[in-house]
Amino acid sequence: MRPVAQAPAAAGARGGAAEVEQRIWAVLAGVPDPEIPVLSIVDLGIVRYVRRADDGGVHVGLTPTYSGCPATDVIRALVRSALDEAGQREALIEEVLFPPWTSEWLSEAGRAKLRAFGIAPPEDAVASPKHLWAAGAVSCPRCGSRASERVSEFGSTPCKAHYRCLACAEPFDYFKCL
Amino acid sequence: MSATPAMLVAGNPAAHAARLRYVLRLGDTSLVLGQRLSEWIGHSPALEEDLGLANLALDLIGQARLLLSYAGELEGKGRDEDALAFLRDAPEFANLALAEQPNGDFGHTIVRQWLIDSWQLQIYEGLQGSSDARLAAIAAKAVKETRYHYRFSSGWLTRLGDGTPESQRRVQRSLEDLWRFTFELFAPDEVDEQVSELGIAPSLSQQALRWSALIDADLAAATLKRPAALPYPWHGKRGVHTEHLGHLLSQLQHLPRTYPGAHW
Repeated sequence: MRPVAQAPAAAGARGGAAEVEQRIWAVLAGVPDPEIPVLSIVDLGIVRYVRRADDGGVHVGLTPTYSGCPATDVIRALVRSALDEAGQREALIEEVLFPPWTSEWLSEAGRAKLRAFGIAPPEDAVASPKHLWAAGAVSCPRCGSRASERVSEFGSTPCKAHYRCLACAEPFDYFKCL
Repeated sequence: MSATPAMLVAGNPAAHAARLRYVLRLGDTSLVLGQRLSEWIGHSPALEEDLGLANLALDLIGQARLLLSYAGELEGKGRDEDALAFLRDAPEFANLALAEQPNGDFGHTIVRQWLIDSWQLQIYEGLQGSSDARLAAIAAKAVKETRYHYRFSSGWLTRLGDGTPESQRRVQRSLEDLWRFTFELFAPDEVDEQVSELGIAPSLSQQALRWSALIDADLAAATLKRPAALPYPWHGKRGVHTEHLGHLLSQLQHLPRTYPGAHW
Protein backbone atom coordinates (compact mmCIF):
# COMPACT_ATOMS: atom_id res chain seq x y z
CA MET A 1 0.00 0.00 0.00
CA ARG A 2 1.49 3.32 -1.03
CA PRO A 3 -1.20 5.85 -0.16
CA VAL A 4 0.75 9.06 -0.28
CA ALA A 5 3.74 8.78 -2.53
CA GLN A 6 1.93 9.82 -5.69
CA ALA A 7 0.33 13.07 -6.65
CA PRO A 8 -3.35 12.93 -5.79
CA ALA A 9 -5.91 12.83 -8.59
CA ALA A 10 -7.31 16.16 -9.64
CA ALA A 11 -10.91 15.05 -9.08
CA GLY A 12 -12.87 17.46 -6.94
CA ALA A 13 -10.14 20.09 -6.76
CA ARG A 14 -10.95 23.67 -7.54
CA GLY A 15 -9.79 25.12 -10.82
CA GLY A 16 -6.05 25.69 -10.77
CA ALA A 17 -5.55 24.09 -7.37
CA ALA A 18 -4.80 20.67 -8.78
CA GLU A 19 -2.35 22.18 -11.19
CA VAL A 20 -0.53 24.02 -8.40
CA GLU A 21 -0.46 20.85 -6.30
CA GLN A 22 0.95 18.85 -9.18
CA ARG A 23 3.62 21.44 -9.82
CA ILE A 24 4.64 21.29 -6.17
CA TRP A 25 4.75 17.50 -6.20
CA ALA A 26 7.13 17.79 -9.15
CA VAL A 27 9.30 20.27 -7.22
CA LEU A 28 9.40 17.92 -4.21
CA ALA A 29 10.29 14.98 -6.45
CA GLY A 30 13.49 16.90 -7.21
CA VAL A 31 14.51 17.17 -3.54
CA PRO A 32 16.98 14.41 -2.66
CA ASP A 33 17.19 12.65 0.67
CA PRO A 34 20.43 14.07 2.11
CA GLU A 35 21.71 10.72 3.35
CA ILE A 36 20.60 8.55 0.41
CA PRO A 37 20.72 11.08 -2.44
CA VAL A 38 19.54 8.63 -5.11
CA LEU A 39 16.13 8.78 -3.44
CA SER A 40 13.90 11.80 -3.60
CA ILE A 41 11.83 12.62 -0.57
CA VAL A 42 8.77 11.59 -2.62
CA ASP A 43 10.35 8.16 -3.32
CA LEU A 44 10.97 7.84 0.40
CA GLY A 45 7.29 8.41 1.14
CA ILE A 46 7.84 11.19 3.66
CA VAL A 47 5.78 13.81 1.80
CA ARG A 48 2.39 13.21 3.35
CA TYR A 49 0.35 15.76 1.44
CA VAL A 50 0.37 18.85 -0.70
CA ARG A 51 -2.84 20.80 -0.54
CA ARG A 52 -4.30 24.17 -1.16
CA ALA A 53 -6.33 25.50 1.70
CA ASP A 54 -9.49 27.50 1.17
CA ASP A 55 -7.56 30.73 1.73
CA GLY A 56 -5.32 29.80 -1.21
CA GLY A 57 -2.29 28.96 0.97
CA VAL A 58 -0.27 25.88 0.08
CA HIS A 59 0.47 23.33 2.83
CA VAL A 60 3.13 20.65 2.55
CA GLY A 61 3.11 17.86 5.16
CA LEU A 62 6.39 16.10 5.95
CA THR A 63 6.86 13.18 8.32
CA PRO A 64 10.17 12.01 9.82
CA THR A 65 11.33 8.45 9.14
CA TYR A 66 12.73 8.02 12.67
CA SER A 67 12.07 10.29 15.68
CA GLY A 68 15.75 11.12 15.94
CA CYS A 69 16.69 11.18 12.28
CA PRO A 70 19.22 14.03 11.98
CA ALA A 71 18.30 14.47 8.31
CA THR A 72 14.85 15.77 9.27
CA ASP A 73 15.99 19.35 9.81
CA VAL A 74 18.12 19.28 6.64
CA ILE A 75 15.18 17.95 4.61
CA ARG A 76 12.98 20.71 5.91
CA ALA A 77 15.55 23.30 4.88
CA LEU A 78 15.95 21.69 1.42
CA VAL A 79 12.19 21.67 0.92
CA ARG A 80 12.00 25.29 2.02
CA SER A 81 14.57 26.44 -0.49
CA ALA A 82 13.09 24.30 -3.29
CA LEU A 83 9.66 25.82 -2.64
CA ASP A 84 11.15 29.33 -2.49
CA GLU A 85 12.91 28.82 -5.80
CA ALA A 86 9.69 27.55 -7.33
CA GLY A 87 7.98 30.79 -6.32
CA GLN A 88 6.14 29.22 -3.38
CA ARG A 89 7.52 31.46 -0.64
CA GLU A 90 4.20 31.50 1.16
CA ALA A 91 3.90 27.69 1.25
CA LEU A 92 3.76 26.30 4.76
CA ILE A 93 5.71 23.19 5.76
CA GLU A 94 3.95 21.18 8.44
CA GLU A 95 5.29 18.30 10.51
CA VAL A 96 3.02 15.27 10.53
CA LEU A 97 3.59 12.57 13.13
CA PHE A 98 0.57 10.38 12.60
CA PRO A 99 0.26 7.90 11.02
CA PRO A 100 3.94 7.14 11.58
CA TRP A 101 6.14 6.59 8.56
CA THR A 102 6.63 3.01 7.50
CA SER A 103 9.13 1.56 5.04
CA GLU A 104 6.10 0.25 3.13
CA TRP A 105 5.64 3.80 1.84
CA LEU A 106 8.85 3.59 -0.10
CA SER A 107 7.76 3.80 -3.77
CA GLU A 108 8.48 1.04 -6.31
CA ALA A 109 10.70 3.51 -8.15
CA GLY A 110 12.49 4.17 -4.87
CA ARG A 111 13.07 0.45 -4.29
CA ALA A 112 14.59 0.05 -7.75
CA LYS A 113 16.83 3.10 -7.19
CA LEU A 114 18.01 1.75 -3.86
CA ARG A 115 18.91 -1.61 -5.39
CA ALA A 116 20.81 0.07 -8.22
CA PHE A 117 22.67 2.16 -5.62
CA GLY A 118 23.77 -0.96 -3.72
CA ILE A 119 21.28 -0.80 -0.84
CA ALA A 120 18.89 -3.71 -0.37
CA PRO A 121 15.30 -2.43 -0.13
CA PRO A 122 13.11 -3.58 2.79
CA GLU A 123 11.69 -7.08 2.36
CA ASP A 124 9.95 -8.25 5.52
CA ALA A 125 6.70 -7.07 6.93
CA VAL A 126 7.03 -4.47 9.67
CA ALA A 127 9.50 -5.56 12.35
CA SER A 128 8.15 -7.69 15.15
CA PRO A 129 9.76 -7.81 18.59
CA LYS A 130 11.63 -11.02 17.99
CA HIS A 131 15.18 -11.74 18.90
CA LEU A 132 18.34 -10.45 17.34
CA TRP A 133 19.25 -13.50 15.31
CA ALA A 134 15.78 -14.22 13.93
CA ALA A 135 16.32 -12.07 10.83
CA GLY A 136 14.78 -13.02 7.49
CA ALA A 137 16.89 -13.51 4.37
CA VAL A 138 17.83 -10.38 2.42
CA SER A 139 18.84 -10.42 -1.26
CA CYS A 140 22.26 -9.02 -2.09
CA PRO A 141 21.80 -5.88 -4.22
CA ARG A 142 24.98 -6.76 -6.18
CA CYS A 143 24.53 -10.40 -7.17
CA GLY A 144 20.96 -11.13 -6.10
CA SER A 145 21.88 -14.08 -3.90
CA ARG A 146 19.66 -14.62 -0.87
CA ALA A 147 22.59 -16.15 1.02
CA SER A 148 23.39 -13.18 3.22
CA GLU A 149 24.04 -12.61 6.89
CA ARG A 150 23.36 -9.69 9.13
CA VAL A 151 26.46 -8.07 10.53
CA SER A 152 24.61 -5.50 12.61
CA GLU A 153 21.00 -4.60 13.23
CA PHE A 154 22.13 -0.98 12.93
CA GLY A 155 24.01 0.79 10.17
CA SER A 156 25.30 4.11 8.93
CA THR A 157 21.94 5.86 9.34
CA PRO A 158 18.92 5.08 11.55
CA CYS A 159 17.04 3.54 8.62
CA LYS A 160 19.70 0.98 7.64
CA ALA A 161 21.18 -2.29 8.91
CA HIS A 162 24.48 -3.80 7.85
CA TYR A 163 24.68 -7.09 5.91
CA ARG A 164 27.23 -9.24 4.12
CA CYS A 165 26.62 -11.39 1.05
CA LEU A 166 27.85 -14.96 1.48
CA ALA A 167 27.90 -15.60 -2.28
CA CYS A 168 29.86 -12.60 -3.62
CA ALA A 169 31.29 -11.56 -0.23
CA GLU A 170 30.27 -7.90 -0.67
CA PRO A 171 29.13 -6.01 2.41
CA PHE A 172 25.96 -4.01 1.84
CA ASP A 173 23.40 -1.82 3.57
CA TYR A 174 19.87 -3.02 4.04
CA PHE A 175 17.05 -0.51 4.33
CA LYS A 176 15.28 -1.67 7.50
CA CYS A 177 11.60 -2.42 7.82
CA LEU A 178 9.90 -0.12 10.23
CA MET B 1 -22.58 14.48 24.61
CA SER B 2 -20.20 13.73 27.44
CA ALA B 3 -17.17 15.90 28.06
CA THR B 4 -14.08 14.98 26.06
CA PRO B 5 -10.79 14.41 27.91
CA ALA B 6 -9.50 17.67 26.41
CA MET B 7 -12.44 19.52 28.01
CA LEU B 8 -11.85 17.77 31.32
CA VAL B 9 -8.23 18.87 31.30
CA ALA B 10 -9.02 22.39 30.13
CA GLY B 11 -11.25 23.14 33.09
CA ASN B 12 -9.08 21.40 35.63
CA PRO B 13 -5.67 22.80 36.60
CA ALA B 14 -4.74 19.66 38.57
CA ALA B 15 -5.40 17.48 35.54
CA HIS B 16 -3.40 19.84 33.35
CA ALA B 17 -0.47 19.70 35.79
CA ALA B 18 -0.65 15.90 35.90
CA ARG B 19 -0.53 15.65 32.13
CA LEU B 20 2.45 18.00 31.94
CA ARG B 21 4.26 16.03 34.62
CA TYR B 22 3.52 12.75 32.86
CA VAL B 23 4.90 14.00 29.53
CA LEU B 24 8.00 15.33 31.30
CA ARG B 25 8.61 11.94 32.91
CA LEU B 26 8.54 10.18 29.56
CA GLY B 27 10.65 12.84 27.84
CA ASP B 28 13.25 13.06 30.60
CA THR B 29 13.62 9.28 30.78
CA SER B 30 14.34 9.14 27.04
CA LEU B 31 16.71 12.09 27.20
CA VAL B 32 18.74 10.80 30.14
CA LEU B 33 18.96 7.26 28.77
CA GLY B 34 19.93 8.62 25.36
CA GLN B 35 22.70 10.67 26.96
CA ARG B 36 23.95 7.64 28.90
CA LEU B 37 24.05 5.50 25.76
CA SER B 38 25.91 8.17 23.83
CA GLU B 39 28.73 7.87 26.40
CA TRP B 40 29.48 4.51 24.74
CA ILE B 41 30.31 6.04 21.37
CA GLY B 42 33.86 5.04 20.54
CA HIS B 43 34.08 2.72 23.56
CA SER B 44 31.85 -0.25 22.75
CA PRO B 45 33.28 -3.77 22.67
CA ALA B 46 32.80 -4.00 18.88
CA LEU B 47 32.06 -1.58 16.06
CA GLU B 48 28.63 -3.13 15.45
CA GLU B 49 27.63 -2.59 19.06
CA ASP B 50 28.97 0.95 18.93
CA LEU B 51 26.66 1.57 15.97
CA GLY B 52 23.80 -0.15 17.74
CA LEU B 53 24.06 1.85 20.95
CA ALA B 54 24.53 5.10 19.02
CA ASN B 55 21.40 4.37 16.99
CA LEU B 56 19.42 3.64 20.14
CA ALA B 57 20.67 6.90 21.64
CA LEU B 58 19.61 8.80 18.53
CA ASP B 59 16.08 7.39 18.59
CA LEU B 60 15.74 8.12 22.30
CA ILE B 61 16.94 11.70 21.92
CA GLY B 62 14.53 12.11 19.01
CA GLN B 63 11.67 10.86 21.20
CA ALA B 64 12.82 13.19 23.96
CA ARG B 65 12.69 16.15 21.56
CA LEU B 66 9.11 15.35 20.57
CA LEU B 67 8.02 14.86 24.18
CA LEU B 68 9.86 17.84 25.66
CA SER B 69 8.62 20.15 22.89
CA TYR B 70 5.12 19.07 23.79
CA ALA B 71 5.80 19.53 27.52
CA GLY B 72 7.04 23.06 26.80
CA GLU B 73 3.82 23.86 24.94
CA LEU B 74 1.68 22.41 27.73
CA GLU B 75 3.61 24.41 30.30
CA GLY B 76 3.01 27.60 28.32
CA LYS B 77 5.92 29.54 29.77
CA GLY B 78 7.86 29.85 26.55
CA ARG B 79 10.32 27.04 27.32
CA ASP B 80 11.18 24.92 24.30
CA GLU B 81 12.83 21.47 24.18
CA ASP B 82 16.30 23.01 24.56
CA ALA B 83 15.35 25.13 27.55
CA LEU B 84 13.90 22.06 29.24
CA ALA B 85 16.86 19.83 28.43
CA PHE B 86 19.67 22.26 29.14
CA LEU B 87 18.46 24.74 31.71
CA ARG B 88 16.83 22.68 34.42
CA ASP B 89 18.61 21.35 37.51
CA ALA B 90 18.52 17.74 38.66
CA PRO B 91 15.55 17.99 41.08
CA GLU B 92 13.44 19.37 38.23
CA PHE B 93 14.11 16.28 36.12
CA ALA B 94 11.37 13.66 36.26
CA ASN B 95 13.11 10.68 34.65
CA LEU B 96 13.11 7.19 36.11
CA ALA B 97 16.15 6.79 38.36
CA LEU B 98 16.97 3.61 36.44
CA ALA B 99 17.75 5.63 33.31
CA GLU B 100 20.44 7.72 35.02
CA GLN B 101 22.40 4.76 36.43
CA PRO B 102 25.98 4.66 35.11
CA ASN B 103 26.83 2.42 32.16
CA GLY B 104 29.08 -0.06 33.97
CA ASP B 105 30.31 -2.76 31.60
CA PHE B 106 28.54 -3.63 28.34
CA GLY B 107 26.39 -6.26 30.10
CA HIS B 108 25.32 -3.74 32.73
CA THR B 109 24.24 -1.33 29.99
CA ILE B 110 22.33 -4.15 28.28
CA VAL B 111 20.45 -5.05 31.47
CA ARG B 112 19.48 -1.42 32.04
CA GLN B 113 18.46 -1.06 28.40
CA TRP B 114 16.40 -4.24 28.39
CA LEU B 115 14.56 -3.22 31.57
CA ILE B 116 13.68 0.17 30.10
CA ASP B 117 12.96 -1.10 26.57
CA SER B 118 10.48 -3.63 27.92
CA TRP B 119 8.91 -0.88 30.05
CA GLN B 120 8.71 1.56 27.12
CA LEU B 121 7.14 -1.16 24.97
CA GLN B 122 4.22 -1.40 27.40
CA ILE B 123 3.93 2.36 27.81
CA TYR B 124 4.06 3.26 24.12
CA GLU B 125 1.79 0.41 23.07
CA GLY B 126 -0.77 1.61 25.60
CA LEU B 127 -0.35 5.28 24.72
CA GLN B 128 -1.30 4.68 21.09
CA GLY B 129 -4.88 4.67 22.31
CA SER B 130 -4.45 7.83 24.39
CA SER B 131 -7.21 10.42 24.49
CA ASP B 132 -4.38 12.91 23.94
CA ALA B 133 -3.89 12.85 20.16
CA ARG B 134 -0.40 14.34 20.31
CA LEU B 135 0.84 11.72 22.77
CA ALA B 136 -0.83 8.97 20.75
CA ALA B 137 1.01 10.15 17.61
CA ILE B 138 4.38 10.30 19.38
CA ALA B 139 3.77 6.84 20.85
CA ALA B 140 2.80 5.34 17.48
CA LYS B 141 6.15 6.48 16.13
CA ALA B 142 8.19 5.57 19.20
CA VAL B 143 6.76 2.08 19.64
CA LYS B 144 8.17 0.96 16.31
CA GLU B 145 11.62 2.16 17.28
CA THR B 146 11.30 0.65 20.74
CA ARG B 147 10.60 -2.78 19.21
CA TYR B 148 13.98 -2.59 17.51
CA HIS B 149 15.64 -1.52 20.74
CA TYR B 150 14.01 -4.33 22.65
CA ARG B 151 15.08 -6.84 20.04
CA PHE B 152 18.66 -5.65 20.41
CA SER B 153 18.72 -5.61 24.21
CA SER B 154 16.76 -8.84 24.79
CA GLY B 155 18.91 -10.60 22.19
CA TRP B 156 22.07 -9.54 23.98
CA LEU B 157 20.61 -10.43 27.36
CA THR B 158 20.10 -14.00 26.15
CA ARG B 159 23.58 -14.19 24.67
CA LEU B 160 25.26 -12.90 27.79
CA GLY B 161 23.07 -14.71 30.32
CA ASP B 162 23.22 -18.01 28.47
CA GLY B 163 26.83 -17.38 27.47
CA THR B 164 29.98 -18.17 29.43
CA PRO B 165 30.04 -18.58 33.23
CA GLU B 166 31.81 -15.20 33.39
CA SER B 167 29.24 -13.36 31.25
CA GLN B 168 26.41 -14.98 33.18
CA ARG B 169 27.90 -14.07 36.54
CA ARG B 170 28.33 -10.46 35.44
CA VAL B 171 24.87 -9.87 33.98
CA GLN B 172 23.24 -11.60 36.94
CA ARG B 173 25.12 -9.19 39.22
CA SER B 174 24.03 -6.21 37.10
CA LEU B 175 20.46 -7.43 37.33
CA GLU B 176 20.74 -7.59 41.13
CA ASP B 177 22.22 -4.06 41.20
CA LEU B 178 19.58 -2.52 38.96
CA TRP B 179 16.50 -4.43 40.05
CA ARG B 180 15.59 -2.13 42.95
CA PHE B 181 15.17 0.74 40.48
CA THR B 182 12.44 -1.14 38.63
CA PHE B 183 10.06 -0.58 41.53
CA GLU B 184 9.13 2.87 40.28
CA LEU B 185 8.42 1.71 36.71
CA PHE B 186 4.93 0.57 37.58
CA ALA B 187 4.30 1.99 41.06
CA PRO B 188 1.52 4.50 40.37
CA ASP B 189 1.43 7.84 42.18
CA GLU B 190 -1.24 10.54 41.94
CA VAL B 191 0.07 11.71 38.55
CA ASP B 192 -0.22 8.23 37.05
CA GLU B 193 -3.65 7.77 38.56
CA GLN B 194 -4.91 11.07 37.23
CA VAL B 195 -3.68 10.59 33.66
CA SER B 196 -5.12 7.11 33.69
CA GLU B 197 -8.53 8.40 34.84
CA LEU B 198 -8.48 10.95 32.04
CA GLY B 199 -7.73 8.28 29.45
CA ILE B 200 -4.43 9.99 28.67
CA ALA B 201 -2.41 6.95 29.73
CA PRO B 202 -3.40 3.34 30.35
CA SER B 203 -3.49 2.03 33.88
CA LEU B 204 -0.06 1.03 35.16
CA SER B 205 -1.30 -2.02 37.04
CA GLN B 206 -2.44 -3.69 33.79
CA GLN B 207 0.87 -2.92 32.17
CA ALA B 208 2.83 -4.14 35.16
CA LEU B 209 1.41 -7.63 34.65
CA ARG B 210 2.36 -7.72 30.99
CA TRP B 211 5.82 -6.36 31.73
CA SER B 212 6.37 -8.90 34.46
CA ALA B 213 5.41 -11.79 32.15
CA LEU B 214 7.74 -10.51 29.44
CA ILE B 215 10.60 -10.10 31.92
CA ASP B 216 10.12 -13.63 33.27
CA ALA B 217 10.12 -15.16 29.78
CA ASP B 218 13.29 -13.28 28.81
CA LEU B 219 15.04 -14.18 32.06
CA ALA B 220 14.18 -17.84 31.53
CA ALA B 221 15.63 -17.71 27.99
CA ALA B 222 18.74 -16.03 29.36
CA THR B 223 19.03 -18.53 32.26
CA LEU B 224 19.00 -15.64 34.74
CA LYS B 225 17.21 -15.40 38.08
CA ARG B 226 14.69 -12.72 38.91
CA PRO B 227 15.95 -10.89 42.01
CA ALA B 228 13.79 -10.41 45.09
CA ALA B 229 12.05 -7.07 45.55
CA LEU B 230 14.17 -4.62 47.54
CA PRO B 231 13.39 -1.49 49.56
CA TYR B 232 13.39 1.52 47.29
CA PRO B 233 14.38 4.99 48.45
CA TRP B 234 14.57 6.81 45.06
CA HIS B 235 11.71 8.39 43.22
CA GLY B 236 13.13 9.81 40.03
CA LYS B 237 9.63 10.50 38.73
CA ARG B 238 9.17 12.87 41.67
CA GLY B 239 12.56 14.51 41.24
CA VAL B 240 14.36 12.50 43.92
CA HIS B 241 17.41 11.21 42.09
CA THR B 242 20.59 9.29 42.75
CA GLU B 243 23.80 11.30 42.80
CA HIS B 244 24.55 10.16 39.25
CA LEU B 245 22.06 12.48 37.55
CA GLY B 246 23.87 15.68 38.53
CA HIS B 247 27.11 14.44 36.98
CA LEU B 248 25.31 13.40 33.82
CA LEU B 249 23.66 16.82 33.54
CA SER B 250 26.96 18.63 34.04
CA GLN B 251 28.13 16.93 30.82
CA LEU B 252 24.87 17.33 28.96
CA GLN B 253 24.39 20.97 29.90
CA HIS B 254 27.96 22.20 29.95
CA LEU B 255 28.01 23.95 26.59
CA PRO B 256 24.65 25.74 26.61
CA ARG B 257 25.21 26.86 30.21
CA THR B 258 28.73 28.10 29.55
CA TYR B 259 27.86 29.84 26.30
CA PRO B 260 24.19 30.81 26.58
CA GLY B 261 22.48 31.06 23.21
CA ALA B 262 25.35 29.31 21.37
CA HIS B 263 24.54 28.05 17.86
CA TRP B 264 26.35 25.82 15.39
